[in-house]
Amino acid sequence: MIKKNLGIRKSDIINRRMFIIVAAKLIIFGGLVSRLFSLQINDNKKYLTLSDKNRIREWKLPPTRGNIVDYFGNIIAGNLKVYQLHVIPEQVENFNYLISRLKVILNLSNKRVEKIKKKKKQLKPWESLIVSENLSWDQFSKINNYLYELVGVKPVMTISRDYPFNDIYTHVLGYVSQPNEEDILENAVIKEKFVPGIKIGKLGLEKTLENDLIGVNDIQRYEVNAYGKRINQLEYQKGKQGSKIRITLDTEVQKLCAELMNGKAGSISVMDIYSGEVIAMYSSPSYNPNSFLFGISQDEWQLIRNNPLKPLINKTLSGLYSPGSTIKPIVALSALENEIMNTNFKVQCKGKMELHGQTFHCWKEKGHGWMSLNNAMKQSCDTYFYEIARKLGVDKLKITAEKFGLGKKVLGEYFENEKEGQFPDTKWKINKLGKGWVLGETLITGIGQGYTQTTPIQLCLMTAQIANGGYKIKPKILTDDNQLTSEQVKKAMQTTSSNEFNIPLYDDPKNIKIIQEAMFSSTNELYGTSYKSRIDDPKYQFAGKTGTAQVKRISKRERELDLKTIEIPYEERDHALYVAFGPYKNPRYSLSIIVEHGGSGSSAAAPMATKLFKLIVDRHQYRKQLPDYKEFDI
Amino acid sequence: MFQHTRLNSDQNFFQKVKNLDYILIFCILILSIVSLFVMYSTDGGELLFHTKSHLIKLSVFFILMLVISFFNIKLWHVSSYFLYIATILLLIWVSFYGIRVSGSQRWINLYFLVLQPSELMKIAVILCLAKYYHRINIEKVNTFVSISFALTIIIIPIILVLSQPDLGTSVLIACSGLIILWLGGVKIKYFFVSLITFLISLPFIISYLQPYQKLRILTFLDPDRDPLGAGYQIIQSKIAIGSGGFSGKGYLQGTQSYLDFLPEKHTDFIFTLFSEEFGFIGSIGLLLLYSIIIMRIIRIGILTRSSFAKLFCFGFAFAIFIYITVNLSMVLGLLPIVGSPLPIMSYGGSSMLATMIGFGIVLSAKIHSKQVIA
Repeated sequence: MIKKNLGIRKSDIINRRMFIIVAAKLIIFGGLVSRLFSLQINDNKKYLTLSDKNRIREWKLPPTRGNIVDYFGNIIAGNLKVYQLHVIPEQVENFNYLISRLKVILNLSNKRVEKIKKKKKQLKPWESLIVSENLSWDQFSKINNYLYELVGVKPVMTISRDYPFNDIYTHVLGYVSQPNEEDILENAVIKEKFVPGIKIGKLGLEKTLENDLIGVNDIQRYEVNAYGKRINQLEYQKGKQGSKIRITLDTEVQKLCAELMNGKAGSISVMDIYSGEVIAMYSSPSYNPNSFLFGISQDEWQLIRNNPLKPLINKTLSGLYSPGSTIKPIVALSALENEIMNTNFKVQCKGKMELHGQTFHCWKEKGHGWMSLNNAMKQSCDTYFYEIARKLGVDKLKITAEKFGLGKKVLGEYFENEKEGQFPDTKWKINKLGKGWVLGETLITGIGQGYTQTTPIQLCLMTAQIANGGYKIKPKILTDDNQLTSEQVKKAMQTTSSNEFNIPLYDDPKNIKIIQEAMFSSTNELYGTSYKSRIDDPKYQFAGKTGTAQVKRISKRERELDLKTIEIPYEERDHALYVAFGPYKNPRYSLSIIVEHGGSGSSAAAPMATKLFKLIVDRHQYRKQLPDYKEFDI
Repeated sequence: MFQHTRLNSDQNFFQKVKNLDYILIFCILILSIVSLFVMYSTDGGELLFHTKSHLIKLSVFFILMLVISFFNIKLWHVSSYFLYIATILLLIWVSFYGIRVSGSQRWINLYFLVLQPSELMKIAVILCLAKYYHRINIEKVNTFVSISFALTIIIIPIILVLSQPDLGTSVLIACSGLIILWLGGVKIKYFFVSLITFLISLPFIISYLQPYQKLRILTFLDPDRDPLGAGYQIIQSKIAIGSGGFSGKGYLQGTQSYLDFLPEKHTDFIFTLFSEEFGFIGSIGLLLLYSIIIMRIIRIGILTRSSFAKLFCFGFAFAIFIYITVNLSMVLGLLPIVGSPLPIMSYGGSSMLATMIGFGIVLSAKIHSKQVIA
């Protein structure tokens, strides 16, 4: 009985305690359910996103760059289909054997093979290894013949930049190549669109207009597993080709420039004197931008880099030259404007001029005799200009020179490597060199020597602004119909499209006329320095001014020897310059020509203008037919 | 002979069949079938090794469960101490000759099954203590000697399992044992005092943990501190469960598991896969199924006459509950990651064997509910 009671008491305890446990269980299960609820119902969106982030991975493909076309719509930077060879290491049974087979078929160098093997180690086995970036058609068809035995090899067609005119536009367009770390850090757009194999602009317009040209990546969406292996493709999102850019240059003129400059170092620029459109801009020698697309070979690079004619420098924008006698129109204009002299003012040239015991020579040893402005410009008499520069003073001269664009960047918004040059005055010298100005320096500044440094594009702009009647224009290299995003370029384009000829650079328009006439005489009258290069047909007739810039001071002995250009060592020869505008009756274009170490302007530079004007004026007929051609009437 | 008849009940075979708890068996069967389907999904929707092996084990152990249920509950009462000691011996054997996998020595290779004795200990400790509290006089329950004896029964296997090392299983063994002490009538005061002592000494215990165990606790507290390393499992598990949503991604459609983001998806994280594919509804359903099983076991415990059977049923029901709770809390990010399988669902023979034996004894208690054990 006692035992039974005890038994019942025991089961009572057990049962009672069991119910406490059951209650606890219910609470705990309730807790688990609420946790499930919070994860699966409340935060479902968050975890779905995370799960998609886990499994979906995007592969960006290199975007297609926008085309760049010349004024007439000819593609000057386009895209070309190229054949590449990819190997997927995962699918290859014997990698070393495959590579040795490919080496034979494609004729790969040992260096290249080593490079490929090194690259393979950095990749995951299912990532494609690029064996050749650019297969020739021969190689491509050969590979296709052997494809059945080359398992894991994949010929791929992609798109690459192409410059159909090779080297004639290099300094304008620049070139594209693989971005380095700096490029990616500097430009957020490149960073965003970066994929292995992308090419970006490294120089010139390709670089300046990068954000417009680059385009939008194609995107492949894949489902991947935890190890990053692609399981299947979910989506293929087509990208967008970059914007088309139209520039103002004319390929035909550019071609002629390249032809004229063949073998020489220097630059030719041609500009529309009203619209400011740059028609041609060629720096010589140039190099082939296509060489950089797939990585330039060391040998070729050394050849370009070590060329004494310095092909890597864009001489049109960054070449600094003494303007020589091409400055004389500005000196004369400044003297007229400041009423230092008038057209009747005469100076007697005896071949040299003494000042404070220093002798300043005219180029003509025997002297020119009595010279008026027109004659002095025509024959480029140095003594005359020494005299008016002396009377004018360098500070007043600088004001005129700066008005006409010297010492300032011309296309700086488009080309980051453009140089300002300099036009000195007394203040400049004290600030820069800490020395007072010497009157003798005014004299040589008056004939474009000394501290003055100009770029060929500045001389072209200067000439254009004389030719258009003395109005300020802002040169441009892009046509107005381009839709661009870059703020600095947009701003530049706004100023260029508003060339309204309401900013005269003169005080009296007659003075401009006098200078134009003097330049006409220099080219079209007997004894003119570029008389030999004249064209009599009024359709092509042009006016210009030669210049011969010394690269070193001429010693007394050398002056006596009077050596011919070819007898002087190359580096010591004078630079030949020529600025001109035409057609004279109804001018539309200006140009500047510089031949480095070419000798005298009249023999080395001016003859090029003859050929150029013939073509430029003929090409004008075609330019006129385009819808965005503007007639200007001033 | 006398012994023999005492162990045999007075029911004949058909009566026993009639007395089986068919609801419980049905629930176990459903759970087994669900686990097979889920296992098929972990194999990526193909009939591969894990699914086949799981099917064989399920079949064999299910039959074993039925066989066990026909033995008189007295047999288990008689052999309780023996089974406990045998399992202790197995654990000692393991600590000398066991198979070592990734730093832990837990297994014995029996060729048809890799046995993990610590899993069997979960049942053995319940059996042993149930017998102890069945036999002990109610007045003596709270004496120092009896409590010490009961604690010794729990502590010996825990020490052996901890040395493997296997924290998760030892915690579960401790829970299973302590619940019998609770049910047996040990004063509630003692439990409170021990709990407080435990909480106070927790920092000291933590300082004695293995570095990887400390890392798990740190990771539990902040999974994002090392999302690709220690925190990876728990983060991916939460992503999988959370992305399942209300109705799940659909059977065989769980991207987290299909694309190998889920670790240990066959074993400890099987609920994660289930929950990803069947969603909130499926998870509630599974919990409900488990709840029915637990309630059925408790009902049997209430029906049986002997304290031994009662203690075992309640203890086993609680053990099942604790396994589920620890496993789910772990995959839901509520507890640090300790290796603990989900009963029946997880791949692994030993755990399933122990669970099925437990079910078998419970069914036996049902059939022999009128049996008085002296």
